[in-house]
Amino acid sequence: MKRGLDVLRSGLLATVQDLGRPGHAALGVGVAGAADPDSFRLANRAAGNPEDAAAIEVTFGGLHVRSRGGAFAAVTGAPVPMTVDGRAVAPFSVFHVPDGAELRMGTPSTGLRSYLAVRGGIAVPPVLGSRSTDTLSGLGPAPLKPGDLLPVGPPPRAHPLLDVLPVAPPPASEIELRAIPGPRADWLVPGALDALFGAPYAVTSEIDRVGMRLDGPRLAHAGRGELPSEGTVTGALQVPPSGRPVLFLADHPVTGGYPVIAVVVSADVGRAAQARPGQRLRFRPHPAPPLARRPSRQEGP
Amino acid sequence: MRILPNGDRALLVEPPGPEAMPGLYAALAADPPPGVADIVPAARTLTLLLDPSADPARVAAAVRGARPAAAAGSAAAVEVPVVYDGPDLAEVAALTGLTPDGVAAAHTGTAWRVAFTGFAPGFGYLEGGDPRLDVPRRGTPRVRVPAGAVGLAGRYSGVYPVGSPGGWQIIGRTDAVLWDLDRDPPALLRPGVKVRFVRREP
Repeated sequence: MKRGLDVLRSGLLATVQDLGRPGHAALGVGVAGAADPDSFRLANRAAGNPEDAAAIEVTFGGLHVRSRGGAFAAVTGAPVPMTVDGRAVAPFSVFHVPDGAELRMGTPSTGLRSYLAVRGGIAVPPVLGSRSTDTLSGLGPAPLKPGDLLPVGPPPRAHPLLDVLPVAPPPASEIELRAIPGPRADWLVPGALDALFGAPYAVTSEIDRVGMRLDGPRLAHAGRGELPSEGTVTGALQVPPSGRPVLFLADHPVTGGYPVIAVVVSADVGRAAQARPGQRLRFRPHPAPPLARRPSRQEGP
Repeated sequence: MRILPNGDRALLVEPPGPEAMPGLYAALAADPPPGVADIVPAARTLTLLLDPSADPARVAAAVRGARPAAAAGSAAAVEVPVVYDGPDLAEVAALTGLTPDGVAAAHTGTAWRVAFTGFAPGFGYLEGGDPRLDVPRRGTPRVRVPAGAVGLAGRYSGVYPVGSPGGWQIIGRTDAVLWDLDRDPPALLRPGVKVRFVRREP
């Protein structure tokens, strides 16, 4: 019998994700991939999968699936109450979903995105080397909907090593994020960086996998005109003319034309992706990586 | 050349002038410095996306030491057949002082070159066309521009690969397939590719 998952309910938005499709910028294709890569990797490790096996990113819980053929599974990220055929299962644990059994995920107590990894990985066909859904470009599998059957790959040789994962769930209070001043901070008025680092910014309801619009002290443009489009990165805090920054997440556009005031360090982007509307983010200045080489001792004066 | 950190996983490279862009991009794309996962060409800059293992200082040094290479696509131009009957053709004619036929003649008169991509898979920003065609974007973007629409914005021309919202001035349409996942590479227009528009009657 073919192993798989029947989707019974998808919740707000559930997509297949892996670590994305880097290397296609010349085609105008972004990276996409899991919005919280650390939680995604952890789910795969727990299930005994390779780190980049495809899993399901569940936004604000609500996913119901039925197993075909049975599988070990793990859920990380935003902790959701879960049941397998009515029996409670702890988040951040490895559990078995028997053939025909139904896994139901409730609403997370904190955080926004949960990752359901199934041993063997979600085996939908890859597009440009990745099974990730890119909600901006429409590449990859469509978001999950009831009636979908997701194939599950053959289980890897490695066995799950952990029963319970030693991690802290995403915080419910203010989230602190380290950010490196951006290459175009000088396109904003003097003092804009101080404003960004000086007060918390609230997450608005305008959030998706592309980015999250924030509300806080207004960051005014310096009036240098229109910035020619340039490459954008995950974690960038882009400032449109409204002065309210947008924090770019996994499905951000490949290029953008608004100045970037700062960039959240890569290690903190996953925590940003767990922030809910109304939650506050506080940005802390972080030094940029040094680009100048230290002069070697052999060099003359 | 200026090289600026763009967070901890990317470098923003500003070549000394626009004429240095194609050669630098070709050189880095053909032989990426160790640790470079992807290169995003844009209007005046290149963004180098780095692997976690990359040493930004070493990558920056490699970029400074790169010798310009012959730009890719310098061979034959891709021909894109266009029917010039777009909804903004009259507006573009008014803005440029040309007749609608004159707009088509200017658009087909010189070869364009893909400067960079973005906005959507397969969308190329074409530059190097007739300077008289420099027109502003529409005041109000359209909610839906159909696939194959040929547009102008600023000094750029472009073809919408899929239906999407858009604010470019639409002067015509093509049945050329800009994006096809069953083709390798899927995008017809890639940075460096030369494009010649050819007038076709409706």
